[in-house]
Amino acid sequence: MERILTRNVGKEGSRTLAVYEAGGGYQALRKALSSMTPDAVTEEVKKSGLRGRGGAGFPTGLKWSFMPKEVDPKRPHYFLINADESEPGTFKDRLLMEEDPHLVLEGSLLGGYAIRASVVYIYIRGEFVRGAEILERAIAEAYAKGYAGRNILGSGWSCEVVVHRGAGAYICGEETALMSSLEGNRGYPRLKPPFPAASGVWGCPTTINNVETVANAPFILERGADWYLTVGKAPKNTGPKLYCLSGHVKRPGVYEAPMGLPLHELIYELGGGMLRDDRALKAVIPGGSSVPVLRADECEVDLDFDSLAAKGTMLGSAGLMVMDESVCMVAAMARIAHFYHHESCGQCTPCREGCGWLERVLARIEDGRGVPQDLDLLLSVSNNIIGNTICALGDAAAMPAISFVTKFRDEFQYHIDHKSCPTGTLAGRA
Amino acid sequence: MLGPEFEKKIDAIVAKYPQPKAALLPVLWEVQKAQGHIDFASEQWVAKRLDVAPSHVHGCVTFYTMYKQKPSGTYHIQVCTTLSCMLRGSDELMKHLEAKLRIRPGQTTPDGRFSLARVECLGSCGTAPMFQLNDDFQEDLTLEKVDRLLESLP
Ligand SMILES: Cc1cc2nc3c(=O)[nH]c(=O)nc-3n(C[C@H](O)[C@H](O)[C@H](O)COP(=O)(O)O)c2cc1C
Ligand code: SF4
Ligand code: FES
Repeated sequence: MERILTRNVGKEGSRTLAVYEAGGGYQALRKALSSMTPDAVTEEVKKSGLRGRGGAGFPTGLKWSFMPKEVDPKRPHYFLINADESEPGTFKDRLLMEEDPHLVLEGSLLGGYAIRASVVYIYIRGEFVRGAEILERAIAEAYAKGYAGRNILGSGWSCEVVVHRGAGAYICGEETALMSSLEGNRGYPRLKPPFPAASGVWGCPTTINNVETVANAPFILERGADWYLTVGKAPKNTGPKLYCLSGHVKRPGVYEAPMGLPLHELIYELGGGMLRDDRALKAVIPGGSSVPVLRADECEVDLDFDSLAAKGTMLGSAGLMVMDESVCMVAAMARIAHFYHHESCGQCTPCREGCGWLERVLARIEDGRGVPQDLDLLLSVSNNIIGNTICALGDAAAMPAISFVTKFRDEFQYHIDHKSCPTGTLAGRA
Repeated sequence: MLGPEFEKKIDAIVAKYPQPKAALLPVLWEVQKAQGHIDFASEQWVAKRLDVAPSHVHGCVTFYTMYKQKPSGTYHIQVCTTLSCMLRGSDELMKHLEAKLRIRPGQTTPDGRFSLARVECLGSCGTAPMFQLNDDFQEDLTLEKVDRLLESLP
C-alpha cells in the first residue's frame, strides 16, 4: 500500500524544506493560492469526505464552511491547530510534527486560506519540546521561501504562523479549553454555543482542527477529492489513517493504512502479533482511553468511524491499547480513572466529584476492599456524569467505566467476593 | 528584573498576540528557562508586564503542571505511568528508580542532582515504558538501560 501521510517518515532530511519540496511539497498550496478561491478549497475538502482525526470525526469541509465568507477587519479569523496530543494511547501527531513538519505547515496554511485566517496558532503540548523546536525551524524556512507571512506566493493573502506551547494539562486538548489557554487563562472549557466559528478565540471567528486532519489537506488539493474517495471506505470513512498501536503487541508503533483497516490485521500482521505467544488477547481499547473497551470476542471489526460506532465504541484518536489475558481489568480501569480524576479541570461538580468517586471505588475493589454495592455504585456515578457537564471529559471517564464494569462484570465481582484477583497479579506485566 | 535582553525577548513574544495577556504561557516559559522555576517575585513582574492581576498569574502557574514553583533536581525524571506504559512495566520502572535514587515521586535527592515525578501519558505509548529526562524523551526503557543512562550523566 502506498504510504501517504507518512511518505517522508524515515527519509533522510525529512524535516527540511528541500526534501519536502523535492517530494512535491507546497505544490498544493501553490495550486490553491493561484487557481482556487477559499470557498473552492473548502468545497474540495467537503467532497473528499475528510473527517476530523482529533476524536469526534466531524466533517472537516463542513466545519470550514461555517466560517463567515467576509472578513470583518475588526474580527480577524483564526485557525487553531490542535497539537495537544494527550489522549492516553495516542502518539501520531508527534510523529507527523517531528518527522514531516512541513506537511503539517502546508496543511495548516491550506486550511487557513480556506477559512480566510490571518493567523495560524499551532497549540502544542508543553512536553513536546523537541517537536516545538522542529516546527519553529520549519516555519522559519517557510517564511524565508514566501510560503508564510505577508502576501504569500504573491497571492495577496497574508497569514502568520505561530507555535504556542501548552504547559501540562490534558484538558487543553478540548477545543474550548484550548482557546481559553491560548488567551492566557487556565484551561477551562466553555459552554457551546457560541460555537468557535461564530465566536472563538478573542471573540473572533475561529476554526480548530487536529494535526493529522490538516495533514490530509495537501493530498486532497493536489490529487483531488475524487482520488481521495478511492482511499478507505467511501463515502463516510475516507482517506488514509494513522493508527497508534500500544500495549501487549510485538511491534507497537504508528501504522498508516486506508481508513477501515481490520483490527486483526493491525494486531497480528502490522503489529507482529501478541507480545507473548502463550498469552491470548483479552481486550482492546480502540480509540484512546476515552472510549468503551472491546472484549476479544468483539474484535472482528474494521477500524473506521462507523464500524466502531456499530460496535458501541469509537475510533476516537485511533489510540489502540492492546491487553493480553494477564491484565487485571480492575487495575486497568483504576488506572484510567486516576487519569481523568487528575485531569478534570474541576468546573463541573459531576465530573470533579464523579471522577474522584470512580478512582476511589476502583482502587478499593482492586485492593480487595470492595463491597457488593460497589459495581452498581460505579454505574450510577458514571450515569450521573454523562450529559451533565460542560465538556466531554466527564463522558470520557464515564463511558469506559461503564464498559469495563458491564463487559467484565464477573472479574470485578470476583475481586469483591474473594478479596483477590483472578489474574493473580495486580496488573498486566510485559 | 532579568535584564534588557530578557525584556526584548518578552516584547517580541507579546507582539505575536492581539492581547498581551495571551503571551502569559510563553512568558512564563521564558521565566522558567532563565531561572529554573517561577517564584513569587517573577509572578508579580509578569503580572505587571502583561497587565493582569498577580492572582491570575498565580492561578495559571498552579493550574499547569509543567510550571515549577520550586527548583527541581539537575536531572528531572518524569515517569509516565498511564495505561499503555503500565502494560509495559512502568510500575517496575518507577520502583526501580525510587530504590536507586532513594526518593519518592515528588522528591529531590539531598544533593539536588535528581528529582522524580509520576506523570500522565506523554504521547509516547508506542515506545513504552518511558520517561522524560529534562527536555528529552527516553523511550523503550529497560531497567538495565536506565542504569546505564543514569551512570552516563555528567
Ligand atoms: C477532554 C478532551 C481532550 C481532547 N484532546 C484532544 C487532543 O489532544 N488533540 C485533538 O486534536 N483533539 C482533542 N480533543 C478534540 C477537540 O475538542 C476537537 O474536537 C478537535 O481538535 C477538532 O479537530 P478535528 O475536527 O480536526 O478532529 C479533545 C476533546 C476532549 C473532550
Ligand atoms: S466536564 Fe470536567 S473537565 Fe470538562 S469542564 Fe466540566 S469539570 Fe472541567
Ligand atoms: S501511556 Fe505512557 S506515554 Fe502514553
